[in-house]
Amino acid sequence: MLTAILVMALGAVVLGAALGYAAVRFRVQGDPLVEKIDAVLPQTQCGQCGFPGCKPYAQAIAKGEADINQCPPGGEEGIRKLADLLGREVKPLSAEHGVEKPKAVAFIDEQICIGCTLCIQACPVDAIVGAAKQMHTVIAAQCTGCELCVPPCPVNCISMQPIVETVETWKWKYPIIEIKPAPARIS
Amino acid sequence: MTNSPYLLKPASVQSIMLRVLAALLPGIAAYVWFFGAAILVQIALATVAALAAEALILKLRDKPVMLFLTDGSALVTAWLIALSLPPLVPWWLTVLAVAIAIIVAKHLYGGLGQNPFNPAMVAFALMIVAYPQLMSHWPLPGAATFTQQWQMIFHALAPETLDALTSATPLDALRTALHTQGTTASVASVLAGNGNIGQFAGRGWEWVAGGYLLGGLWMLQQRIITWHLPAAFLATLFALSGAASLADGAHHAGPLFHLFGGGAMLAAFFIITDPVSAATTPKGKLIFAAGIALITWIIRSFGAYPDGIAFGVLLMNIAVPLIDMYTQPAVFGHKKEDMPHE
Amino acid sequence: MRQLFDFNGGVKPDYHKDASVQRPIAVSPAPAFLVIPLHQSIGGTPRPLVAPGDHVLKGQRIGAADGNLSAAVHASTSGTVSAVEMRRMPHPSGLSALCVVIETDGKDEWGERQPFDYRNRPREETRDYLRDAGIVGLGGAVFPSHLKLAPGKQGSLDTLVINGAECEPFITCDDLLMRERAAGIVRGIRIMRELLAAHRVLIGIEDNKPQAIAAMQAAVSGSGESDMEIVAIPTRYPAGGAKQLIRVLTGIEVPHGKRSTDYGVQCFNVGTAYAIHEAIDLGQPLISRIVTVAGNVAAPRNYEVLLGTPMRAVMALAEPLPDTDRIIMGGPMMGVPMPGDEVPVVKATNCILAGSRKLFPPPPPEMPCIRCGECAKACPADLQPFELYWFARAKIFGKAQEYHLFDCIECGCCAYVCPSRIPLVDYYRFAKSEIWAREAEKEAADKAREHYEFRQQREEREKQEKAARLAAKTAAGREKAAVALASVTSAESATAAPAASPEEDAKKALIAAALARARAQQAQPANTTGLTPEQEAEIAAIEARRAAMREEIRKQARPHLPPDN
Repeated sequence: MLTAILVMALGAVVLGAALGYAAVRFRVQGDPLVEKIDAVLPQTQCGQCGFPGCKPYAQAIAKGEADINQCPPGGEEGIRKLADLLGREVKPLSAEHGVEKPKAVAFIDEQICIGCTLCIQACPVDAIVGAAKQMHTVIAAQCTGCELCVPPCPVNCISMQPIVETVETWKWKYPIIEIKPAPARIS
Repeated sequence: MTNSPYLLKPASVQSIMLRVLAALLPGIAAYVWFFGAAILVQIALATVAALAAEALILKLRDKPVMLFLTDGSALVTAWLIALSLPPLVPWWLTVLAVAIAIIVAKHLYGGLGQNPFNPAMVAFALMIVAYPQLMSHWPLPGAATFTQQWQMIFHALAPETLDALTSATPLDALRTALHTQGTTASVASVLAGNGNIGQFAGRGWEWVAGGYLLGGLWMLQQRIITWHLPAAFLATLFALSGAASLADGAHHAGPLFHLFGGGAMLAAFFIITDPVSAATTPKGKLIFAAGIALITWIIRSFGAYPDGIAFGVLLMNIAVPLIDMYTQPAVFGHKKEDMPHE
Repeated sequence: MRQLFDFNGGVKPDYHKDASVQRPIAVSPAPAFLVIPLHQSIGGTPRPLVAPGDHVLKGQRIGAADGNLSAAVHASTSGTVSAVEMRRMPHPSGLSALCVVIETDGKDEWGERQPFDYRNRPREETRDYLRDAGIVGLGGAVFPSHLKLAPGKQGSLDTLVINGAECEPFITCDDLLMRERAAGIVRGIRIMRELLAAHRVLIGIEDNKPQAIAAMQAAVSGSGESDMEIVAIPTRYPAGGAKQLIRVLTGIEVPHGKRSTDYGVQCFNVGTAYAIHEAIDLGQPLISRIVTVAGNVAAPRNYEVLLGTPMRAVMALAEPLPDTDRIIMGGPMMGVPMPGDEVPVVKATNCILAGSRKLFPPPPPEMPCIRCGECAKACPADLQPFELYWFARAKIFGKAQEYHLFDCIECGCCAYVCPSRIPLVDYYRFAKSEIWAREAEKEAADKAREHYEFRQQREEREKQEKAARLAAKTAAGREKAAVALASVTSAESATAAPAASPEEDAKKALIAAALARARAQQAQPANTTGLTPEQEAEIAAIEARRAAMREEIRKQARPHLPPDN
């Protein structure tokens, strides 16, 4: 009995020491976690999470200062990926940070635009071109749909246009697995 | 709306399974000829039990009962169990074995196509571990009438009667003799003193095995199975037993005895070829079958069980995902490239 | 006899080809309206060059290639442009894309046709000419041909493979083309051969087309070409897949994602060869093609169809049977279901296949995969289709890619032989488009991150520069500058710093004034009356371009993996 206890105790001590040594010896330098989190975030740079961009939000998550459910553009799938990455529980999107919307791009009505440049200053990814008193336009391919340009516009000429599915972006659907109930069971 | 291809070859799981059953018939015919009609009773029992178990569990799992009941896969499992078990085991043992195969080994893992282990072999292994005594009685060829066999199956005769009408299998007899008589016994002396030995393997057994071989060759011709699995299994078993008997003929039976004396032929063409639980790549099939043969031969030669096929199959079943992953064939245009896992 | 090579797998379905080869190619009459999609090939969408009201001549370019990875489109007959608008495409999605609608005038009046003297022009110019003639691969892949007509790194090509195999059941358009227009095909091959500096030409034709083989043989010997050989290859689907045909004829396996020219071989369809002959020798751009109308029709036949003709009109010529319930573009193995019968014939339309429940019965209920390996035996790309199926079904896309999902040519052999009736190809299509979408998303995110970081850096730099300027200006000198710099850099969100209130008021007033001006302008749109027709046309063209741009805005570019056939 006593021997057994001693053996187990010795085992525990040895293994504990080995683990402790490994933790010190093989410590991971730097913080690749922020990069990994940033890679999962949609890079909309919209700030809906309460941070001034995706990278700051990633840093906050890594530090434990922000939760993983504050990113509406990333949506449910984004939360799931973050949860997978961080080994956390999946939770629904936090309502105070917004709701998940279909993807959209900003569209400037060129008839109304007065060229005030306020939207250009607001755009986090330089997707709006134009100069003072010149009509502006959105580079659709660069627009992340963050909506940050919409409120500053004094003439309300910016609208968000949902991205419509085209022949090029159309996706084959998941094949429906037809498990037909036995005829007798059809009610 | 369905998508292309719109042309489909007339093939179905059902037709495959039915042809497998048909391929078993020559072996069954030889079986009946030598060991009596008891096997037919067992096959009938197993069939009914399999269909009942399948229907029950499909109903419980809320799956389309008729669709899966008619696919024939449960029948194949049932027949293989009946043909693997000794023909004179009590009826409840057969029913229990089939129920375990269908309910536990097949459906609890997800049903058709999902089971990692060969259901028939799971059932066989469990039975031989749980009821070793009952599993060791094989009929002496021509010893019992059908009535006696019937009584054995349904009324469990007294042990004395049983002993008179049954004996150990040739493999079992040889193993037991070699183990108990120690160094004095040799393969030749044991076989010479056993009345159940035929031309080159067990009396009757060699014919049954021949029947399975015939059915197996027909399945090859029908392209239901590929040559890889049976060839690798039989070749490995042949090579191992051949090498061992050459090295120590007194204590190791020769290849013909191994190939025709037990369940090797049934296994080679019907059991290890169960596609669901076997390896799928050409190279993987060779490894998988050779592994089963190796384990089988080791258990037969050094183990405590009369035959080792079931354990060989189950042990190799576990290794299938690994084998498949490491033996992915080269893809068109990538013939010299590395495999996916690297 | 030439030594032939073999590819693994393949199947032998019923060919159903006899019915449509009994009669020669007929001309499908021009319909009242042609609907010509601008996007008919892989690559960018061509820009519309015409506006509603324009009169166009047959062969007139109506869409200019968008960049080099694109090909032009042309008016298939003369008439008037009645609209440049979104119309339903011959695509399984049933979605619309920008089309030029032409009301035909029945005169079928050609524009200027000039043979192109390719021998005395630089190859580059010839390629541009072919791009502007709208030549794309007519085997079904519609990859712009000019991009494939450049020899590889060595400057010359070992083998030019011409694909006349036509392995898909029902389709006979290449067969008939070879029977009737072999000389033109050989002319086209000659031109391609010169552009590619190809040493030898192998023309692969499945041995179930003896008449086509004979016609081509006669044409080749009549042309005096050396090292140009007709090779009868064993009939087995998909022997007409570009990779499979190259393998059979040369023994070379071109891996996915690699240029076949790097292996000294290039492959073109016979229809493409004929189109090149028409473009170079006759100055006729690609405005029509041979289309097989077969399947559930009383009189299957091949028709020469003007691009843009509604499928309904072509199908009517072959008298579809009353129980026809679907239209498939292409053959029964790889064809795609059409959303309706009004969609136009395009460059990719090699066959209009009428289907019915009797001809193509719905598959019996799908059973679970039993890993029987039939699909692996049938796969011409040596894949393990059932493994791909498990991964695609479980949406483990990374694994699917590791198991070479993108080497799958979607030939349908696996689904054809599957005893469990699993729509395997649907799973691969699903997985592929899902992976493409994710890659596009990832690319967009990476770009956005880059732009964002660039902007951050720029703002930082601007702040520094501003501070520095301020420091230089202020009389107080260094001390103050240091304070300013410190304050600017310490404030994280300096951009949001509120401006002084009088300034803000002034700005607001300015904005209000500008807004008023803008409204006033809008209220009386001035210069739109009393315009000349040219000006009107110009405006219409601009509007069309705008529409195209909006269209562009709506779509996210999908990364195109250039197909290698």
